[in-house]
Amino acid sequence: MVAADEKRADLRPALAALGAADAYLIALLAVESTAAVLALLIAGVAAVIVAARFGLVGRVARAFAAHEDTLGLFAVAALLVVAAVFHSDHFVLLLLVTVLLYSTAALGLNVQFGYAGVLNFAGASFFGIGAYAAAVLNTFTAVPHLVVLAIGGLASALIGCLLLLPVLRTRGHYAAVVTIAFALLFKTFLEVNDVLGGPQGMPVPGMALLGWSFNDNIEIGGIRLSFYMSYLVASLLLLVAAFIVVRRLERSWIGLNFDALRLDETAASCFGLDIARWQITAFLIGNFIIGLAGALFGMVGGFVAPNNYTFADSLILVSILLLGGIGNPWGLIVATFIVVVVPEKLQGIQEYRFLLYALMVIVVLLFRPQGLLPRPVRHYFPGRKP
Amino acid sequence: MTALLEARGLTKYFGGVLALDHLDLAVARNEIVGLIGPNGSGKTTFFNVITGIYRADAGRAIFDGLDITAASAQAVYRAGISRTFQRSRLSLPLSIFDNIMIGNHKHLNQSLWFNLFRRDDFKREFEAGYAAARELVDVFEPHLADRLFEPVAGLPMIDRRRIEICRALISRPKLLLLDEPSAGMTHDETRALMQDILSVRARNKDLAIIIVEHEMGVIERITDRCVVLNFGRKIAEGPYRAVAEDAEVQQAYLGAT
Repeated sequence: MVAADEKRADLRPALAALGAADAYLIALLAVESTAAVLALLIAGVAAVIVAARFGLVGRVARAFAAHEDTLGLFAVAALLVVAAVFHSDHFVLLLLVTVLLYSTAALGLNVQFGYAGVLNFAGASFFGIGAYAAAVLNTFTAVPHLVVLAIGGLASALIGCLLLLPVLRTRGHYAAVVTIAFALLFKTFLEVNDVLGGPQGMPVPGMALLGWSFNDNIEIGGIRLSFYMSYLVASLLLLVAAFIVVRRLERSWIGLNFDALRLDETAASCFGLDIARWQITAFLIGNFIIGLAGALFGMVGGFVAPNNYTFADSLILVSILLLGGIGNPWGLIVATFIVVVVPEKLQGIQEYRFLLYALMVIVVLLFRPQGLLPRPVRHYFPGRKP
Repeated sequence: MTALLEARGLTKYFGGVLALDHLDLAVARNEIVGLIGPNGSGKTTFFNVITGIYRADAGRAIFDGLDITAASAQAVYRAGISRTFQRSRLSLPLSIFDNIMIGNHKHLNQSLWFNLFRRDDFKREFEAGYAAARELVDVFEPHLADRLFEPVAGLPMIDRRRIEICRALISRPKLLLLDEPSAGMTHDETRALMQDILSVRARNKDLAIIIVEHEMGVIERITDRCVVLNFGRKIAEGPYRAVAEDAEVQQAYLGAT
């Protein structure tokens, strides 16, 4: 009984924060005029700074660390509330789906870069491999679409593996250089490849599960839901699954191996860690997650084109990581919301959005180098009493 | 009885510099050997060659019946040799527990399936690992026993050096290489550390130790035998008292002509 009371007391600041964030997000998505959006953004930043002053941010972070399962459920519910409010708004729902799938991809990148320290500057390309795999398979074959998602992930993992195997035995940042080259080549390859639609790209038939097409609007009891609602639920499930896998990975001996080799390869070698093996493992897992997200994103958008998967997009994924807090999955999701939603709402800055990203990354690196939500020390079983 | 570690004619060049010069060195089971010599005499190089960080240019090293001359660092660790570093090499953002468990790599189940989906079994292995780490910390760092999940970054150097020894011991090695474990410690701290090392050896009859140390009091008190290096060459070997009186050793240390 006492324990239950304590838990409720612990949860309260986190629940309040979730509620506030939910209301704020709804308001931000609802307002149209640039002035109102700007005012809301400034108010949001001010509120976070004030909350941090009073130590509220720390309390929320601790609550999330201690009761992640419970609060995770509440976070899912909070997102569904936002989706329900905008249930017929195609634009907002697509924006939310984008956030969910970019977050998933960022989680994959986080396994590679955040844990194992393998820099991947071709995140968007591997995302694109998943999307193109979906486009080709959905157009030319009758493979069930859940299997298509898995194939998207596998294709991305395999190509990434082939790319990196030759350089993983070298020290330093050769792997990063190779991924940059790949990101640049990938777009050119797509543009000259007529089977894949060349520079115009190709359409992706939408997702269908057990005869139910995701691209039809839904009607329940006279309320019309946007067809994006199905994609939103699918994306949310994918994100939750990826989150759980990444979390378990972090809280296991394998997560420990990743950290050990990132922080000191020589010491790790002296305690038996096969550096190349674990770097490849991290890269495979990360790319599989990125490819999965990409395949679903391809079906959501209904179209793939080389211009959507450029080096610049890869840099956005990396900036999400830097912004959110390298190695902290919650931070990544918050950062993805900021990086995806803000430029969409501020249509005026669309052309300057890379300037905005660059500015945000520089500000974070200067004033909070560990990111908005720094990664806490590893607890294999949170809440375990020593 | 055959030696646990036997190095014969071990030679290592760095460009034109001869860092190890046909070094012969043997260590028996449960023996503590002191490796001493002036700075740059090849002590750390010897550790790095044995542990597979450097490759020997000539000579052989046999450990427990296994030729480890050309073995990788990983293979040397699996064979049963672990070490500490002259400059502390802990992973600072990780917790005390994490750092110690890195040393236990060969005893942990590394399968992806086990780690991701067999969480009950993983929990059991985790608890066993926790008990083992806790036992070592109780010996070396009793005041940190309840703080295993705090980052190492916040700890003073003395604690870090002791944690590094725990990391080297948790895999129950047959041979422990200690590279200046007491650097930066006061006299009393050094004395306490050596006491702890002796108590670990007393409980583990299989453990042999090679220790590099500049504190001659330590060497005198805990080693069974000393090997003195100068310019990569062995210039003396024997019990500390005999070695300390050797004319060549005194010359190497004091520069007397």
